[in-house]
Amino acid sequence: MASISIDKIKAKKPKDLLFDTFIIFFCLFIFFVVAYPIFFIVIASISDPTFVSTGQVLFLPKGFSLFGYEQIFADTRVWIGYRNTLFYALFGTFINLLFTLPAAYVLSRQEFRARRFLMFFFIFTMFFNGGLIPTYMLMRDLSLVDTPWVFIFNPLTVNVFNLIITRTFFENNIPHEMFEAATMDGCSHFKFFSTIVLPLSKAVTAVIGLYYLVGHWNNFFTGLIYIRDYNLQPLQIVLRDILLSNQVFAEGAGSGGTGGGYAQRYADQVKYGVIIVSSLPVLVLYPFIQKYFEKGVLIGSVKG
Amino acid sequence: MAFTQVSKTKTASRSKRETVLSTFRRDYQLWLMIFPAIICVIIFNYVPMYGIQLAFREYDFTAGLTGGEWAGLKYFEQFFNSHLFWDLIRNTLLISITTIVVGFPAPIALALLVNQIRWKRGKRILQTTVYLPHFISIVVLVGLLNVMLSPNTGVLGLLLAKLGVEGNLLASVTAFVPIYVLSDVWQHVGWNSIIYLAALASVDPQLYDAAKIDGANKWQIIRNIEIPAIIPTIIILLILNMGSVISTGFEKIFLMQNSLNLPISEVIETYVYKTGIVSNQFSYAAAIGLFNTLINFTMLVIVNTIAKRVARISLW
Repeated sequence: MASISIDKIKAKKPKDLLFDTFIIFFCLFIFFVVAYPIFFIVIASISDPTFVSTGQVLFLPKGFSLFGYEQIFADTRVWIGYRNTLFYALFGTFINLLFTLPAAYVLSRQEFRARRFLMFFFIFTMFFNGGLIPTYMLMRDLSLVDTPWVFIFNPLTVNVFNLIITRTFFENNIPHEMFEAATMDGCSHFKFFSTIVLPLSKAVTAVIGLYYLVGHWNNFFTGLIYIRDYNLQPLQIVLRDILLSNQVFAEGAGSGGTGGGYAQRYADQVKYGVIIVSSLPVLVLYPFIQKYFEKGVLIGSVKG
Repeated sequence: MAFTQVSKTKTASRSKRETVLSTFRRDYQLWLMIFPAIICVIIFNYVPMYGIQLAFREYDFTAGLTGGEWAGLKYFEQFFNSHLFWDLIRNTLLISITTIVVGFPAPIALALLVNQIRWKRGKRILQTTVYLPHFISIVVLVGLLNVMLSPNTGVLGLLLAKLGVEGNLLASVTAFVPIYVLSDVWQHVGWNSIIYLAALASVDPQLYDAAKIDGANKWQIIRNIEIPAIIPTIIILLILNMGSVISTGFEKIFLMQNSLNLPISEVIETYVYKTGIVSNQFSYAAAIGLFNTLINFTMLVIVNTIAKRVARISLW
């Protein structure tokens, strides 16, 4: 059978040849469109602002300058934001995992009677929610507004999508016989979960841990709605001020609007730099953890 | 045989009688493990649902979450009669429908395209690249748009100016929706294609061999084997997408908004934020938010029902 198909492939029809050429060109086009903006930001951030603003930096950096990065390193706002986000992301992800993993294990146990009902209880929140205002009111009544806790405990603390991914993984990878054998030896659920299930589930823990982590890192909404104190603001709010509100320089200068000119040119330089600095953790880790991200989608797509 | 059956039903009914007490005793560890998640979801997801009644009550600072005196449908009427009502509906629908029409087929096309690549390494590089933008934050994405589209200094802005597109696109009413939708496709097309690629990978290889023996060309293989293979995935994702048909990406629209593009960029969710969080008209904003939620939920149920009838595919 295999030999037949190979023969067929070798005897290419002219129409298929045209088709293949089209595919190659289209793929190159997509690659360029996606990769170029990211590449451009990198080279623009280390080039001379004058060349960048006149459109002379296209494929190679020109007139090396680190002005943008110098400004960013001197800007305390960026570092306060960085520190806050780092804390929210690490501590938040820890709590997320602490709540999600055991719950997913319970939902994967066939003998657990309330399983179906609780599954509905969780999934329902994906399709219906109280909305922004009641959630805000709740946070205010709980005195969580303007505290770091609001980043940790909010409607996304137990992300139902991640819960389903984890449950599906447990169902498919932890054989029922294993638990039966363990209980024979007097093993409780706690012990079984912590000494057998978790070590076997490094892959899914990595997947949802990374989803939660990236979610915290990119979280802009929580800071916008619930935080007034600038010392508690996450990185994304600081970024918004620099990139979009054009408050580029901490002293307040450089807000030239879109009018252009000397100040704007340097302001743009800072913006290119701050995009790189803020996305660096994600960009640096990305090539190594990419396969985990992809895995998450694949586990999740198995309908449970 | 009859005997064994009887004894089976007997034990079944006995175990049912014992459920409440004995299963709690048996499963108390499981209950303890799921307890934090349940409490968390009750507090942060279900209590706000209970708080929806604020939309039907006067806001009262002392009463908190549930609101004060009963106001009935007053705030809904206020919204329906508001001069902004039709503008908000039009903008919200325009943005969300364009996003679905353009953004939904794009990952399907990309998956079919990537699936054609035989060169493994090249395929890997392309996939890694197109997934990357998904992890860029919305603030960075909008910042990227701003610096690149800036008419005087941005690389895209300068290029477009050469092609005859003048003016600041970010402050333009006509360019807002295309920029929003295209940048959305740019960011998510790769990531959303993963699930289709997985569906394509599970196509039975025998089908390909059979098609080749029958002399099918590549285009015919795509049309007659690959597309039918991913139809169930397409339908499930379409239902899920329709469930959020009128909830636009609040953060991105909010960040792309400026006073010049406001006539097109003010949508329900940004308006809820402004009336509620910024101007403290909590009851009014809660009513608008509830209106939005209800339409979304209804759309989801309708589309799911249609899919159930037509294709026998359902979310529940």
